[in-house]
Amino acid sequence: MKNSLQIVAEPVKVVAPKKSLWIDAWKRLKKQRSAMIGLTIVLFFILLGVFAQFLTSHPYDGFNTDKILISPNSEHWFGTDDQGRDIFSRILYGARISLWIGFFSVIGSIIVGCYLGLIAGFYGKWVDTIISRMFDIMLAFPSILLAIAIVAVLGPSLFNALIAIAIINVPTYGRLIRSRVLSVKEEEYIMSSKSIGMSNSRILFQHILPNCMTPIIVQGTLGIATAILEAAALGFLGLGAQPGEPEWGKMLSDSRQFLTVAPWTLLFPGFAIMLTVVGFNMFGDGLRDALDPKTK
Amino acid sequence: MKSYFARRILQLVPVLIGMSIVVFSIIHAIPGDPATVILGDHATPEAVKELRTEMGLDKPLISQYFAYVKSIVTGDLGNSLRTKKPIQEEITPYLAATIELMFASMIIATVIGVNAGILAAWKRASWFDNIAMFIALVGVSMPVFWLGLMEQWIFSEKLSWLPSIGRFNAREPIEAITGLYMVDTIIQGNWAGLWDAFKHLILPGLALGTIPMAIIARITRSSMLEVLESEYVRTARAKGLSEIWVLYKHALKNAFAPVLTVIGLQVGLLLGGAVLTETIFGWPGIGRYIYDAIGYRDYPVIQSGILIISTIFVCVNLVVDLLYARLDPRINYK
Repeated sequence: MKNSLQIVAEPVKVVAPKKSLWIDAWKRLKKQRSAMIGLTIVLFFILLGVFAQFLTSHPYDGFNTDKILISPNSEHWFGTDDQGRDIFSRILYGARISLWIGFFSVIGSIIVGCYLGLIAGFYGKWVDTIISRMFDIMLAFPSILLAIAIVAVLGPSLFNALIAIAIINVPTYGRLIRSRVLSVKEEEYIMSSKSIGMSNSRILFQHILPNCMTPIIVQGTLGIATAILEAAALGFLGLGAQPGEPEWGKMLSDSRQFLTVAPWTLLFPGFAIMLTVVGFNMFGDGLRDALDPKTK
Repeated sequence: MKSYFARRILQLVPVLIGMSIVVFSIIHAIPGDPATVILGDHATPEAVKELRTEMGLDKPLISQYFAYVKSIVTGDLGNSLRTKKPIQEEITPYLAATIELMFASMIIATVIGVNAGILAAWKRASWFDNIAMFIALVGVSMPVFWLGLMEQWIFSEKLSWLPSIGRFNAREPIEAITGLYMVDTIIQGNWAGLWDAFKHLILPGLALGTIPMAIIARITRSSMLEVLESEYVRTARAKGLSEIWVLYKHALKNAFAPVLTVIGLQVGLLLGGAVLTETIFGWPGIGRYIYDAIGYRDYPVIQSGILIISTIFVCVNLVVDLLYARLDPRINYK
């Protein structure tokens, strides 16, 4: 028995050499101009966030009475806000917050969504019914409203906004994985794994899950864009970032009243949100075309 | 077909029950005793006890839930904690305002989105296609509240073309009949009022409609591209039919089913986006009603608002699914 297992396992490695698949995908991705522009924008904002403290000499918080609402100039590139804080610095530090929320909320949604989707698709029957109904119910709420309800329960904070955004996006990934599992589990290599007595959890996580990853990666990239928008919306409503935190959505709601006298306080944070989201959307669309050409 | 209709409507029941459980849970999921949460930390124990009895919190959870469902079904949404008025009475004008705004956004999104999508597919890879798809990309990436603020800045502050706040000119109020002011002013023959209501509707309608417009344009384009390559379109062209006739009559008819589904799903986006748009434009709709309630921790209003909006969303999607079944005879729903 042990011998036959090895024999079965060997050719699988030869058939699906992992490296060339990704190199292949990267080659296809490189040819897509818009995907590369998207990737550049994303990397640009990541670098801005990572090196924020080296790129600006002005602090992002504090209160500076002599510098209230200064229009953009050579010292304060994007001007200052009503507390005299440098908007450029706040946008740099805000990049950290937005990317952090976008990335980790999507990771959270993917982990929970994959787990539920795998179980639902693999075991079927009542397990599937319960999980699928649960997804239906969650999708019956407009997503931002569900996030508002969750934050209203947990209390407003950045971390709770992240949790809320992760929860509302679980069904998206869960459904995606479930439908993939339904087709993958009929494949012959799954049947052969079963016939050699492989445990269900090993089949699920070592054979089925890797074969469902492509659409998840694509959806996850596009999901970061959505999550950043949702985080900004919650911040704008006062349900995400709290006073002082340089979150882009929160910056917009704090400066709303200065629309007439100091439009730059609103122009730049909003532009930063839009550009980041455009980057992730372009990159995600390109990834989909490169990795998953069928689902266009 | 009839059995599909019946089945689809029956499928709604577990979803509605699930929704009511989620909404019911909101108040119970808050850490601590709901009565204390509502009254605040400084409330006297007597007041807390009284509210507990009033809300039925001393009964078992399951009977509380059934009492909640019973009251919703009979049209009793409870009282607002802030105004002490019954929510079902208070919510009606807000609901009408939101519905009017949604209709405006949906019309803007569908008319512009579908036509831009058709043109982009027809002139594939042309400058129009490139520009339209670039705008669509920016459109889906735009935070709706920022777009609203920028609109206010450009069209109200700088150009003074359009009003930025409210539903009508406060000096000439419009008398509400249905609550939809565009309809009310037509009924009353108040043409100045109609123009006024229309002007107030443009900016918030455009802000709320932009994301759906972008999504609709993208899906129409890809759906049309597929259809335009089919043989019957070639036949129609070979017969010498005009391009407009081919595009709108022959191609669109078959390309429209996926577009319709997307339009239905956008209603959810609109209802969610309404919270943001209404806050910015001072639009007295249900989204703002919920937003204000969050500030006051008015949980019954938050619960009812979310329940009503989600019920509308579910019903719209039901209608879309049923329309889809009628529109696409190829699908067999047995």
